[in-house]
Amino acid sequence: MDAQHHRLLVVDDSNVIRKRIERANELPEIEFVGAARNGREALEMHSLLRPTLVTMDLTMPEMDGSECVAELVQRDPQIRILVISALADKLTAIDALEKGASGFLCKPFTDRQLNDALRKLIGTDSRAA
Amino acid sequence: MTLETEVGVFVAGVLNYFGTTVQQAAQCGTPHLALNEKPEMSDYTGIIQVSGKRTGVVAFTAPKSMLSVMLMRMQETDMSHENLCDLVGEIANTLSGNARRDFGHQFQISVPEVLAGRGSALAYPAAGRPIVIPIEWRNYHARLIVCLQ
Repeated sequence: MDAQHHRLLVVDDSNVIRKRIERANELPEIEFVGAARNGREALEMHSLLRPTLVTMDLTMPEMDGSECVAELVQRDPQIRILVISALADKLTAIDALEKGASGFLCKPFTDRQLNDALRKLIGTDSRAA
Repeated sequence: MTLETEVGVFVAGVLNYFGTTVQQAAQCGTPHLALNEKPEMSDYTGIIQVSGKRTGVVAFTAPKSMLSVMLMRMQETDMSHENLCDLVGEIANTLSGNARRDFGHQFQISVPEVLAGRGSALAYPAAGRPIVIPIEWRNYHARLIVCLQ
C-alpha cells in the first residue's frame, strides 16, 4: 500500500452517518471511494473499489459488521478497519479487534474524534502507541 | 439494576448524544411511568427491539422540526423524509447501543424500525412498564420511551 494514499470505504446502514463520515474526513491522505449500507454490499464494493481503509458499523441488516470484518480481513490481511458502533461494551470492542479490526470508535462521535481515530489507523498520529 | 439506575443510564446517554453529535446540550425532564396511558408519539419515532437478558423496546420520538435542525447542525442539507427517518432510527440505535456499557453484552438490540406520524402506536411487552423521559433541546420537545422486562 502507498504510505501516502489510502482509499476509504464507509459502511453503515444510516445514510446520515455515511455522509457525515465522508464530510468529516479532513485527512488529505484519505480518499473517499465509496459507501455501503450493509456487510453484503461492502463485500461487493470491496471487489470493485479495492479500499485500503474501511469504517464499519456493527448493527446492520443482511450482514452485520462483525461478520463482514472477518470476511474482509480474510480477503485482504493488510486492510485497516475502524469499527464505528453504538455498542459501547468492552466485549463488543474486543470481539471486533479479535476478528481483525484495527480500531474501535464509539458512537456518538465528534468530527475531531473521528479524525483522531483515522489518523491512528493510518499511523500518522504521533500520539499513537 | 434499580429502576432509578436504569433510567439514569438512558438519561446519561441522551445528554451525551446531544452534547457530542449536535454539540448543544439537551435537558432531560422528570422521567415518569406511563402505566395507564400510551405515551404520545411525535412526528417520527425510532424503535429498537431489545432481546437477551432483558426484553422490550427503546423508542425515541421527536418532531420533524427538531430533527431538521439536528440535521443542519450535522452539516446535512438534505432534510428529506428518508433522512429524517434515518436520523430518528440512528438516535434510537445509539442510545440503545450505548446502554450496553451498563447492561452488558447480552443486551441485544435490533436494527432500527421507524414510524412516521403522530398517530403511530408503539407495541410494548404485556408486562412492561413504559418509562417516559422528556427531552428538551433548544425549544423542541422529544421523548425517550424505555420499556424493558
